[in-house]
Amino acid sequence: MTGHLVDARLQVRRGTFALDIALRIQPGETVALLGPNGAGKTTALRALAGLTPLSGGHLTVDGHDLDHPEKKTWVPPEQRPIGVVFQDYLLFPHLSARDNVAFGPRRHGVDRRTAHATADRWLERVGLADHGRRKPRQLSGGQAQRVALARALALDPALLLLDEPLAALDARTRLETRAELNRHLTAHPGAALLVTHDPLDALVLADRLVIVEDGRVVQEGDAATITARPRTDYVARLVGLNLYRGRGDGHTVEVAGGFALTTTDTVHGEAFVAFPPSAVALHPHRPDGSPRNTWSATLTDIQRHGDNLRVRLDGPINVAADITPAAAAHLELEPGRELWVAVKAAETRAYTA
Amino acid sequence: MTRRTRVPVPLLVPAALGLVFLVLPLVGLLARTPWSTLPQRLAEPEVAMALRLSMLTSTLATLLCLVFGVPLAWMLARVEFPGRRLVRALITVPLVLPPVVGGIALLLALGRRGLVGSWLDENFGFSLPFTTAGVVVAEAFVALPFLVISVEGALRGADTRYEEAAATLGATRWISFTHVTLPLVAPGIAAGGVLCWARALGEFGATITFAGNFPGVTQTMPLAVYQTMESGDLEGAVVLSLILLAVSVTILAALRDRWLTTP
Repeated sequence: MTGHLVDARLQVRRGTFALDIALRIQPGETVALLGPNGAGKTTALRALAGLTPLSGGHLTVDGHDLDHPEKKTWVPPEQRPIGVVFQDYLLFPHLSARDNVAFGPRRHGVDRRTAHATADRWLERVGLADHGRRKPRQLSGGQAQRVALARALALDPALLLLDEPLAALDARTRLETRAELNRHLTAHPGAALLVTHDPLDALVLADRLVIVEDGRVVQEGDAATITARPRTDYVARLVGLNLYRGRGDGHTVEVAGGFALTTTDTVHGEAFVAFPPSAVALHPHRPDGSPRNTWSATLTDIQRHGDNLRVRLDGPINVAADITPAAAAHLELEPGRELWVAVKAAETRAYTA
Repeated sequence: MTRRTRVPVPLLVPAALGLVFLVLPLVGLLARTPWSTLPQRLAEPEVAMALRLSMLTSTLATLLCLVFGVPLAWMLARVEFPGRRLVRALITVPLVLPPVVGGIALLLALGRRGLVGSWLDENFGFSLPFTTAGVVVAEAFVALPFLVISVEGALRGADTRYEEAAATLGATRWISFTHVTLPLVAPGIAAGGVLCWARALGEFGATITFAGNFPGVTQTMPLAVYQTMESGDLEGAVVLSLILLAVSVTILAALRDRWLTTP
């Protein structure tokens, strides 16, 4: 357990939903808790902050037990060294930006002048030195987000929690704010946990990703590993890969009822095969030559995807393919059309499950 | 395309009659006001005395209600405790109870021979009935539910996540209440306070039963109106009523835009 600032096994039962995830975060590390809506991300964040008590497991921050139902230990939120940036910021509407940031230091026994000096310093660090007197309703979304960040950081929390910190912003502000947030997270000496359903936020801001589905951790690792080797459909969709699970036998993986994919990787036993939609080629007739994986499929859906078209096909396996509009015109694409799908073995990746 | 929406007659007619029914008595009051002798009437010391007493007691009663009612409303809105529904039901009892009955009940509890009153009398030589303090108590008893109910509504409408945010910043529940919750629900508390004050100002039944009707001590405006009327001085009663009406309308108008407008 040494080296971990945060060591937790979060178990929360609520009705039929059960959250059970293990989390360890090192000092200076930013971890993203990524998952679909309803996966339990926010419940995990609330449990860490002390807003929802654990029903099992434990939470240790900086060597102190904050929540341990078995030992009947529970530290209330106001005594935890944990800061939270809430999804819609929750800046106190009756207080100025400066008083919002000074609120935490004031509650920790700091006198008014010192608290205001701290607040001014933090507002300056987030680039809002001249906005201290404004009320939250006079701030733009991006500014409010930065005040909320300053408010949480002004207490030098051992653990900083961010709940969808960019979700409430429009696309352009999000880009700037994300870069700025990244700067602050890098500078933050404590641990940080980012809860998000946006893979881009997670990839840009976090050192490590923890993917949660249905209250459980389904995959964990750095961005490169997860984007290269997704282990669930959700993750595969997030990173835009076709993903299949099956049984490997050398260079082939049987993925569905006798249908096998050929790969250049070697796997044995339970295995995943993944390849990007751009690796899929479509042909009006059965192709000859090099591609080792070919099968016949029915087109079910066409959608614009960037400059290309994303086509979905039913067959022995469901597959997404990206093709250029020119190729689409040539193929006369329409739902129900029979096509031949080809995927080069060299473009697939296989790995054990 | 705009379409003229017609108000159905079965709704329009009762609505208009209802409005007339509410406004007509006020018109009657204004029509019968002796405008020419009004200045002398207003200058009479009894009028000033009753008005001052009414203002004083209803303001004190409102303060009393705020001190006890806001915490009570907070308990009802924020704390899960057994019997909460029962407590809420009990609070609404004075709301539906005829005020005279409330006055009798207050006498039995706080009167010289009452449950708590006898103990107060024996140990402190202190007796509430038939004193100005008794007026304040009677008015507070009747007005408290108005405050509790409207403040509880405001608290329930306020976003409790602000209190959670305050907690993560190190605020205890008490500090959260004073520094975050109270400022957030201040408009609701003000609205409740106004309702409470207006109810206390108009209080009659509980006051006359519990505190009696002594000019200068317990005779508030409504009691003065009643007594003047009883003594055959209709004009005097009209003048007093007009003052009460003017005070109420002024308060309502002053606060309406800030706190009392419903969206």
